[in-house]
Amino acid sequence: MTISKLVLIELWKRKSQLITGLLAITLGISVIVAIQSVSIVSEQNVARNLDNLGANILVLPQGASIDDYYTSDIDAPTLPMDYVERILTSTIAGVDNMSPKLTRRVKVGNQSVVLTGILPKSEIASKPLWQSSGLLGTALKTACAPNQSANESHGLEDPKLKRKAIDTLYSNDCLAGSQVAQRLKLSANSKVTIMGKEFKVVKILAETGTVDDDRIFANLKDVQKLLKLENQVSAIEIMGCCNAISEGLLGQLRNILPDTRITTIGQIVSTQIETNQLMKKVTLIMLVIIFFVGGISIGNFIWANVNERKREIGILRMMGAERSVIYKMFLLKAIILGIAGGILGFLLGTLAGVVLGPYLAGILVKPVYLYLLWSVLLSVSISLAGSLIPTYLAAKFDPHNNLQED
Amino acid sequence: MMLQGDKIVKQYNHKGGLINALDHVSFTVEKGDFVTVTGPSGSGKSTLLLSLFGLIRLSSGTVIFDGKRIDDVSDRHLTDIRKKSVGYILQHFALIPYLTTLQNVMMPLALEKIPGTEQLKRAAEILDYVGLSDRMQHLPRELSAGQQQRVAIARSIVHRPQIIMADEPTGNLDPTLSLEILEFLKKINRENKITIMMVTHSPVAAEYGTMKLHLNEGKIVNL
Ligand SMILES: Nc1ncnc2c1ncn2[C@@H]1O[C@H](COP(=O)(O)OP(=O)(O)OP(=O)(O)O)[C@@H](O)[C@H]1O
Ligand SMILES: [Mg+2]
Repeated sequence: MTISKLVLIELWKRKSQLITGLLAITLGISVIVAIQSVSIVSEQNVARNLDNLGANILVLPQGASIDDYYTSDIDAPTLPMDYVERILTSTIAGVDNMSPKLTRRVKVGNQSVVLTGILPKSEIASKPLWQSSGLLGTALKTACAPNQSANESHGLEDPKLKRKAIDTLYSNDCLAGSQVAQRLKLSANSKVTIMGKEFKVVKILAETGTVDDDRIFANLKDVQKLLKLENQVSAIEIMGCCNAISEGLLGQLRNILPDTRITTIGQIVSTQIETNQLMKKVTLIMLVIIFFVGGISIGNFIWANVNERKREIGILRMMGAERSVIYKMFLLKAIILGIAGGILGFLLGTLAGVVLGPYLAGILVKPVYLYLLWSVLLSVSISLAGSLIPTYLAAKFDPHNNLQED
Repeated sequence: MMLQGDKIVKQYNHKGGLINALDHVSFTVEKGDFVTVTGPSGSGKSTLLLSLFGLIRLSSGTVIFDGKRIDDVSDRHLTDIRKKSVGYILQHFALIPYLTTLQNVMMPLALEKIPGTEQLKRAAEILDYVGLSDRMQHLPRELSAGQQQRVAIARSIVHRPQIIMADEPTGNLDPTLSLEILEFLKKINRENKITIMMVTHSPVAAEYGTMKLHLNEGKIVNL
């Protein structure tokens, strides 16, 4: 026998009580872990968006929200393809490049993937109308975002920009994001059947850490046909010149594109940053609440346990157990509860983040294993803090008065 | 002389008034004595038994154990003396309810941080001695009253104490079981030279004493 063994035996004998003891702390930790795992991803997204602006203006259908743009639900609104030509034929200056997209969440087998139709550069260039607009040749020479050559000159791979610079994407061909490729076990030159149509995977895109990783890209016309949304797109991404934006490019675009919502990525990014800051505040508030509610709840649990075991404490003290033994008994129990609460909270919170993240925030959430360490540390400190007073009182119990049979 | 009390006083504060539970009690116990403490209910027997090694703090008086004063030492020191040199047996057995017979008996050795294999060996030996080898994995509630008290006896001697303090060890047992327990205590006293101080109400049990203390209203009286 050892005191640690005594603690474990007692814990095990009263295991049904554990659930109540652990409830508050587990829930608290899991809420924090869930919020954190979601917001860390969206923070990374913001950072990447700022880093790698593929476009800086987004034209969306009137009713569409930014979330629709990310989540691509089945009934997300669309806008007519003509708008692309309207922009090109207009006299508006400062549009460097643009990319119409049609995006929908579809089923491949039993997996849900986002299918995105894009126009390769060759097809944009082949349109006589577009050639005359002076777009030809400018390609991806972006006005304010770091461009490909700038990134490359810094030794950075920039897959997102590279993808945007895709020259050709033939009908029946597709490109797969790294995650979707993993999920569907795709590789270059393998075949994938989407909504009854077979596509050849010409390339697996390098991981970008953005929503693009979970998408399959195919020729816009194929996708339109497949989704029965001929001449419809869900968004037009525009690379506008920064000076032009500050000189009223957005207003000019709004004039020629009625019933659309035109925002700059800058606005989107700043809303995301605001959301993340709000999340940080929520986490902080949660942390304070958890500390008190969890601490008091565990303290209460230990105090009930101490009272239930008054006689046992008296017996042990009678047999020559020092106060430190009593401390060890209850603090060790608190530590074990803390570890259990931390692990359970991490698992629950991560599960919630991974399952709910895509629905609530439209982002892919991966488990952040480092949070396991933090959850356990946090949970153990809360549990210890809450147990200090009851344990102190237990060690101070007068052994004699607690020896009597109650 | 192994245990001596000199003018021991214990006063309890109770609702503003003072209760003289022990009133200048003096006695001397020699090594190997079987001391019985008798007296009417409320005469201070339990108070005497439990105060000698610090489970109750005395109001005044001196206690000498093994040649050293122990009434004025720290709580820690008294705890250490209890751990190494004293075994307690109480009326209600005082076993830890969720531990098996074997684990209960191993507890005093665990408190002394004796290695597990040694604990097991000694506890099994003692349980054999009290005739409970076939009840080692039972929980206290799975044992009869007599068996529980034998576990308590095993626990009180497993760490080879110099003295056993027993407060009405037969108080909860029928006459036959009481005799069995008393015979055990006598055997322990004779064979292992362990001093025993036993509080009892029963005249039969009192007959086992080689030295008899009688208390009345906190004072030693000669019968
Ligand atoms: N914690 C306490 N607070 C106040 N008074 C106490 C306390 N413990 C005991 N007493 C009083 O001290 C006196 C002696 O009590 P003690 O328990 O020593 O008697 P006892 O001889 O063991 O009695 P019994 O044979 O019934 O066990 C009693 O009058 C009792 O009421
Ligand atoms: Mg008594």
